Amino acid sequence: MKHIHKRFPGVYALNDVSYELRAGEVHALLGENGAGKSTLIKVLGGIYSADEGEIYIDGKKAEINGVKDAQNNGIAIIHQELVLVPHMTVAENIFLGREQGQGILIDHRKMTEEAQRLLDAHEMNIKADALIKDLTIAQQQMVEIVKAISYNSRILVMDEPTSSISDKEVAFLFKTMRGLTAKGVGIIYISHKMSELEEICDRVTIMRDGQYVGTEVVKETTKDDLIAMMVGRELTNYYTRDYLEPGEIVLKCENISDGKMVKNAGFEIHKGEIVGFAGLVGAGRSETMKCIFGLTKGSQGDVYVKGNKVNISNPVDAIKHGLALVPEDRKLEGLYKVQSVRFNSTIEILERFIRGVSVDDRKEIEITQKYIDMMATKTPTQEQVIGNLSGGNQQKVMISRWLATNPDILILDEPTRGVDVGAKSEIYAIMNQLVKEGMSIIMISSELPEIINMSDRIYVMSEGRVTGCLDHDEATQESIMQLAAN
Amino acid sequence: MAKETVKKAGAAGNTNKAVVFIKENMGIIAAFLVLSVFLSVFPATSGSFLTAKNIFNVLRQISTNMLLACGMTMVIILGGIDLSVGSIIALSGVLAAGCVSRYGLPIIAALIVGVLVGLVIGVFNGFVISTTTIPPFIVTLATMNIARGLAKVYTGGSPVRVVTKEWQFIGAGYVGFVPVPVIIMIIVLIITALIMNKTKMGRHIYAVGGNPQAAVFSGIKVSRVKFFVHAFSGVMAGMAGIILASRMYSGQPTAGEGAEMDAIAAVVVGGTSMAGGSGKIGGTIIGALIIGILNNGLNLMNVNSFWQDVVKGVVILLAVFIDYVKNSKSKA
Repeated sequence: MKHIHKRFPGVYALNDVSYELRAGEVHALLGENGAGKSTLIKVLGGIYSADEGEIYIDGKKAEINGVKDAQNNGIAIIHQELVLVPHMTVAENIFLGREQGQGILIDHRKMTEEAQRLLDAHEMNIKADALIKDLTIAQQQMVEIVKAISYNSRILVMDEPTSSISDKEVAFLFKTMRGLTAKGVGIIYISHKMSELEEICDRVTIMRDGQYVGTEVVKETTKDDLIAMMVGRELTNYYTRDYLEPGEIVLKCENISDGKMVKNAGFEIHKGEIVGFAGLVGAGRSETMKCIFGLTKGSQGDVYVKGNKVNISNPVDAIKHGLALVPEDRKLEGLYKVQSVRFNSTIEILERFIRGVSVDDRKEIEITQKYIDMMATKTPTQEQVIGNLSGGNQQKVMISRWLATNPDILILDEPTRGVDVGAKSEIYAIMNQLVKEGMSIIMISSELPEIINMSDRIYVMSEGRVTGCLDHDEATQESIMQLAAN
Repeated sequence: MAKETVKKAGAAGNTNKAVVFIKENMGIIAAFLVLSVFLSVFPATSGSFLTAKNIFNVLRQISTNMLLACGMTMVIILGGIDLSVGSIIALSGVLAAGCVSRYGLPIIAALIVGVLVGLVIGVFNGFVISTTTIPPFIVTLATMNIARGLAKVYTGGSPVRVVTKEWQFIGAGYVGFVPVPVIIMIIVLIITALIMNKTKMGRHIYAVGGNPQAAVFSGIKVSRVKFFVHAFSGVMAGMAGIILASRMYSGQPTAGEGAEMDAIAAVVVGGTSMAGGSGKIGGTIIGALIIGILNNGLNLMNVNSFWQDVVKGVVILLAVFIDYVKNSKSKA
């Protein structure tokens, strides 16, 4: 792809970007959210057409004016959100849109056999007649890959394929990818995870603000160099943390159970602390917090806020007692996607500027602006629809929403998931500032470096139980994983 | 160049709400203006369209649809639909008329009964929808049939006539030179606009419609919001039923057939998304006006009523299509 330009109203999404992919290599595309990676991929996949620039495939200029053109040119894209039909079989999904058979009749048996042959050829332990909804996320991803390969694709684009699968499944994914490159398929790999780049990628191209920054051979560069190229500056202190003497206990929970995922979990939080919650996916960390926040019906256990036993049966009670919860899944549990930044910022605190039928617009704007400034949220205006912001800025608005309730205890569930490095670092700095001012923070995170570098103490959970508590100076990846697998 | 456009977008964000509204609804506002200008200058209608008498006539005709559309806007922003409103019109109308002609009750009692009918069915819709996961489409489809059936059972299928003169005041009367239904419509519009734009409930409606799960995390009482919106929609339909029964001197079991579809059309033409979470009552007002003026204009032009439906359908498609083109441009 040479000198690709793409402009949108108000945004110069791609400004003279070039990218080259060799047969048989895995070439990472790296950049913060909003750097233009997805736009570039969409140009390649025929979803957008470039305003300027050319695409060459096997040395020949290719005209890609639609998804079909891309497919005919051997380009297949596996999107971050899987696009399989849940109630159809694996075989039906693989051949969706080009069903095999005669005339208008579909030959199910032939299709299933053909699909099974493809699956077996890549050593995937999946039945072609299984329904998609019965497969794990990782298996579904494998189906996507087989589907892509079945088009005889020579160029495969994978957009953050590992964001929702386990380590073991990642290993299998990488094995499959190596099998493909050995056959001469070129893979464009988009990921935020630096460790994966070292493991699977040959070269890496970095983009920033819609511009091409550079291409490096992965083995000859360092993680810090790459981050510096992505962010455009050296991140001297990625993690900001001043450890202070914690104050009195502000939250104490005993025997928290929800009858399913959480079993007699107990812990305590001091004033001015950041307390990390580590554990494997499904260990019951988010569920524990949901119990405390009054989101789980029929949950049991004792919660003490500042020494007083409290009864929290819904989020309104929780907010009243000074708790705030920024949920794990931003899209599903947090964002009002079609509404403005302002709407999203103030939905918890309407009573501060709405009395009966009178809205104090000026006050609402003032409050919103206060948190935009505090969080350094990048948004053109307060009226901007939040769905148009980058993941990092959306997350900043989510945190703003809950900070606006003036909580004593802020629960952050995976606060940096899907957030680019620059914004991540900013969020850490804000967390540090908040605890300095006397707030207490509970941070659930699956990123061990983040937990280790930000927490005063770390609770580790496994199968619904708290299996241990580590001080920040004794916590290592190993000691945490040991407790997590307990 | 890029910088310039960014600046422009920023400036647009700062201007006042009316300008933003006009910008966002350019499509239907244009359609509305074109239609009005056309009817004002077209030879067959130029003499009659732009007269005070005709304008009030149009407003009176759209008043019942506007009431339904007020409730429907909320319901659709909530991500649902209310199919029962057309049948509520009939049931409310026949029972209110029955109060006067069959039981000799005072008119005020009949009005209360009419509104109560709407409230009861709306509350029932709201109760089922907020306590179960049965889709609103199904629930209100059921109550649509139940209400229509009850209206027919009560009347035996024939209209309940009211001969009392005062009865006609609500639907056909005037205060000064303004028809009473128009006054009711304006009051209801103000109340609806206030609820949607100026109250916590209004914000909560947008929140629940935009992302019900996030609303739960926010501590919004989702079932209360659903309950309120459906009850409100029911009350609107109850009032519309009274107005219609008054204007027709009778409660008719067939009144309001298909009225729910006209209300949905007004809301959708007005730019409210069927997906929920976004929409404005201002858009609905214009949507209802377009449909009303269209009916009126086609009548003035003596267009065959069968063709009127075809034209109406085409205009609905066009209005929505203009918005679609505009939105897909600004999104891309």
